[in-house]
Amino acid sequence: MFSRIFKYLPFFSDAEVPYTVAARPDTGLYNAKLGIWLFLASEVMLFGGLFSAYIFLRIGAEPGYWPSGLLNVPVGTANTAVLIASSVTVVLAWAALKMRQLAKYKFYMAITILCGVFFLAVKLSYEWPAKFNHFGVFVRQSAASKYDEFLGNKHLSETGQAPRWEISGHLLDAPKGSPYADQAHHNAEHFAHETHRHDAVTEADDDYVIQLDPVNADPDSKENDRPHFLPRPLSSKLAVIKAADVESASTFAPRHSTYFATYFLITGLHGLHVLGGILVFLYLWLPIKGGTKLYQSNPEHLANRVEIAGLFWHFVDLVWIFVFPIFYLL
Amino acid sequence: MATTASSTSGSHVAGTPHDAHHDAHHGGHDDHHHHELDFIQKWVFSTDHKVIGCQYAFCGLAFLFLGFLMMLVMRWQLANPGIPVPVVGNFLRGAFGPVVMTDAGALTASGYNVFGAMHGTIMVFFGIVPLAVAGFGNIVVPLQVGAPDMCYPKLNMASFWCFFTSGVLMMGSFFVPGSAAKSGWTAYPPLSGIADLPVDSSVWLNGQTVWLLAMVFNITGSLLGSINFISTIIQLRAPGLTWMRLPFFVWAQFVTAFLLVLAFPPLEAASFMQLTDRVFGTSFFMPTGLVVGQALGQSWSGGGSPILWQHLFWFLAHPEVYVLILPAIGIVAEVVANNTRKPLYGYKAMVYAIFLLGFLSFIVWAHHMYMTGMGAKVAAFFQITTIMISVPSVILLTALLLSLWGGSIRFNSPMLFATAFLPMFGIGGLTGIPLAFNAVDLFLHDTYYVIGHFHYVVAPGTIFGLFAGVYYWYPKITGRKLSEFLGRIHFWGSLITINGIFFPMFIQGMAGVHRRWYDGGVTYEQLAGPVLHWNKFMTVSAGLLALFQLPFIWNFFTSIWFGEKVGRNPWNSTTIEWDTPTPPPHGNFDKPVEVFRGPYEYSVPGAAADFIPQTQRP
Repeated sequence: MFSRIFKYLPFFSDAEVPYTVAARPDTGLYNAKLGIWLFLASEVMLFGGLFSAYIFLRIGAEPGYWPSGLLNVPVGTANTAVLIASSVTVVLAWAALKMRQLAKYKFYMAITILCGVFFLAVKLSYEWPAKFNHFGVFVRQSAASKYDEFLGNKHLSETGQAPRWEISGHLLDAPKGSPYADQAHHNAEHFAHETHRHDAVTEADDDYVIQLDPVNADPDSKENDRPHFLPRPLSSKLAVIKAADVESASTFAPRHSTYFATYFLITGLHGLHVLGGILVFLYLWLPIKGGTKLYQSNPEHLANRVEIAGLFWHFVDLVWIFVFPIFYLL
Repeated sequence: MATTASSTSGSHVAGTPHDAHHDAHHGGHDDHHHHELDFIQKWVFSTDHKVIGCQYAFCGLAFLFLGFLMMLVMRWQLANPGIPVPVVGNFLRGAFGPVVMTDAGALTASGYNVFGAMHGTIMVFFGIVPLAVAGFGNIVVPLQVGAPDMCYPKLNMASFWCFFTSGVLMMGSFFVPGSAAKSGWTAYPPLSGIADLPVDSSVWLNGQTVWLLAMVFNITGSLLGSINFISTIIQLRAPGLTWMRLPFFVWAQFVTAFLLVLAFPPLEAASFMQLTDRVFGTSFFMPTGLVVGQALGQSWSGGGSPILWQHLFWFLAHPEVYVLILPAIGIVAEVVANNTRKPLYGYKAMVYAIFLLGFLSFIVWAHHMYMTGMGAKVAAFFQITTIMISVPSVILLTALLLSLWGGSIRFNSPMLFATAFLPMFGIGGLTGIPLAFNAVDLFLHDTYYVIGHFHYVVAPGTIFGLFAGVYYWYPKITGRKLSEFLGRIHFWGSLITINGIFFPMFIQGMAGVHRRWYDGGVTYEQLAGPVLHWNKFMTVSAGLLALFQLPFIWNFFTSIWFGEKVGRNPWNSTTIEWDTPTPPPHGNFDKPVEVFRGPYEYSVPGAAADFIPQTQRP
């Protein structure tokens, strides 16, 4: 039946499409180069949508509900530098191919790949996991005065600053039935081992006990009015918060707040793009048919592939250059 | 067993032994590209733009029919609240389960919401866009620009399979616990954020979550396809085919593809956000202080904004409206020029208008959101841009109307549908103008008036345009014409009954009938008494409309074998797609293509025939 519908049409192999390697004279582009720019346009709109959501949610946030200074700025800075460096090396790799220097290409491409892997490794092994072992409790505004020694709202209102409703640090004891009980138990053992103190676990079943971040440990200090470039260790001071006074409590996971939701979604999606870039670079670097073996038959084709993969990589880099200030610095 | 390697992709393809049956069919041309492939490689995982286009078009038509059948069940419920659906009630109960249908075979309130949400989703994202953009676009655009295939054949296949996956997911969602999505095709939070949660402790396996996953696949497929269209049009135009020699259909697809590339990603972002809201408990769209019932198994940090979803959604979904209509306008332009045997009136004006339309469509989205309490200044801005966008729309419609003037019109089936498109789209467009105004919209918002308005645009508008396209290009694809007689029954029956469905909606809407009423509750008679009887009329019309599709379905399948055989150019058309063998072989053209003239050189004074093909040397 089907052969009647289209007698001659279908073949799995592609038809001979022109301008796959050489540029079309009147547009000056080979096909893939136009395609990658269009793809990047859609990517701009994708991340644009997410960044718009960030702006929308941040502007709409009630005072005191948009955390800041919770990310590790030196680590973020280092990762930024690594990513920018990789954008340079990928151009050098492309230029080497254009000059038909395969060894040099391989060298620069290897550095690019290593930079990408380093970036992802830092994210996966350190930055993201650390968030999941950090805990924050938003105190009900009606109960906030009870905890002013940790919130410092008197000091903040006197100096004309936004109020603070969150008490954060390491969770040492959680109310009965809390999904964070195991984590609290683990942290409490660690705390007891380090400090030889055994006051971290309370008798009551409805307490959160938190080993405080420096900000909450000394909220009235002028030191804590501004963010710090270098991260500071946890204080040994503890806060005990009644569950009834708590509005929401969570690790610094996506569900913690719209801040961390946006942070994880944008950095997560960016991380996936980095991973995608690494895989493509690996494909172009390995001695396989689509990779450096292509150099033997059609070096210009390989150079084109590196060029469009590089354009994508620059875009991924550019996204990070927006991510870094808005999440780490602002 | 012969093994061949394709010349451009470098991928190895195992060929099957030659079979005599195939060779018998493979007489005339195109023997230089002779690969033998098995059924799967030919018909399922094909990279040929025509096969992919047909896959898309066939799925699109099937989804359109499915979405229409859902609406028939809903219309039955509206006309006969709580009464079991005749004939198929038991079957539906068995197929969709107790959430959707009662034991007696009547539609439940939940079922009404499910069908409503899925009708909208299926019609827009799985019916019209795949048929109009991906189906016709894939089949016709490369042929009309004189290209051997789409610019990226493999991406093209990936696009279809993303779409197919999303279709399977979307249809599969009927069978997850709690049935399919119930929050409308707009999926407004916070309703959509809590709908179906918690169901059997699974945050993944429930209607709304699967809806979101399906949308992510659908959007990805659309993006791949639209990038392909733009590249094909820019890079693969035949020599001599300058921009102003492009057929108008190509322009329509070009602008449409840009709308898809730029407008869809924000919805993809929004879908990710709603997905994490549902699955990981984030609060992108969940406001502070949201309390829903008491048995809610999930708590949110709050701080999110339901309005944010509306912005991201309508930033896509308003351009999406033009994605639905522009390809149909393109088809109608082709058919009108061909059957009036005259050039389009104001071709250049139409091209500029469609670009203006595309641009303006990005800055009107919040006219869907007048009810959200936006400030007067913001409302005024969107009111003004919305009125502005009617200017290019009217230019397009007027140019098409004026194209009819002075022509000796051939009223064949494609032309009948194309001609009917003009007043139908006109009604749809003009009834939209009151809705553009904030003050009027506050009254008409969410009434049947709105439903009537946009259905006039997309049902007797776009879908008639698409039918025109099916009748027009069917001979090119199959080598045989559809029956004119059955086409006329299909056309006149559809035209009359479809107006019987949608025109009363304006009457009901202005009387205040709300679009989401399942049975109106105890005060139904008091609220809508004087216009309720229209429901029966509309339901009968809808049933008749379904019957009038049967000649089309019969015609569509039997004409493959029994239709009138045609040659290369049965409609005496000027554009390049008719300058290929019928049906076009792999690689499309049997000679190098070079273009010497504009797209619509019909009835040129002094010419031998009343049409001069674009490829004819001067």
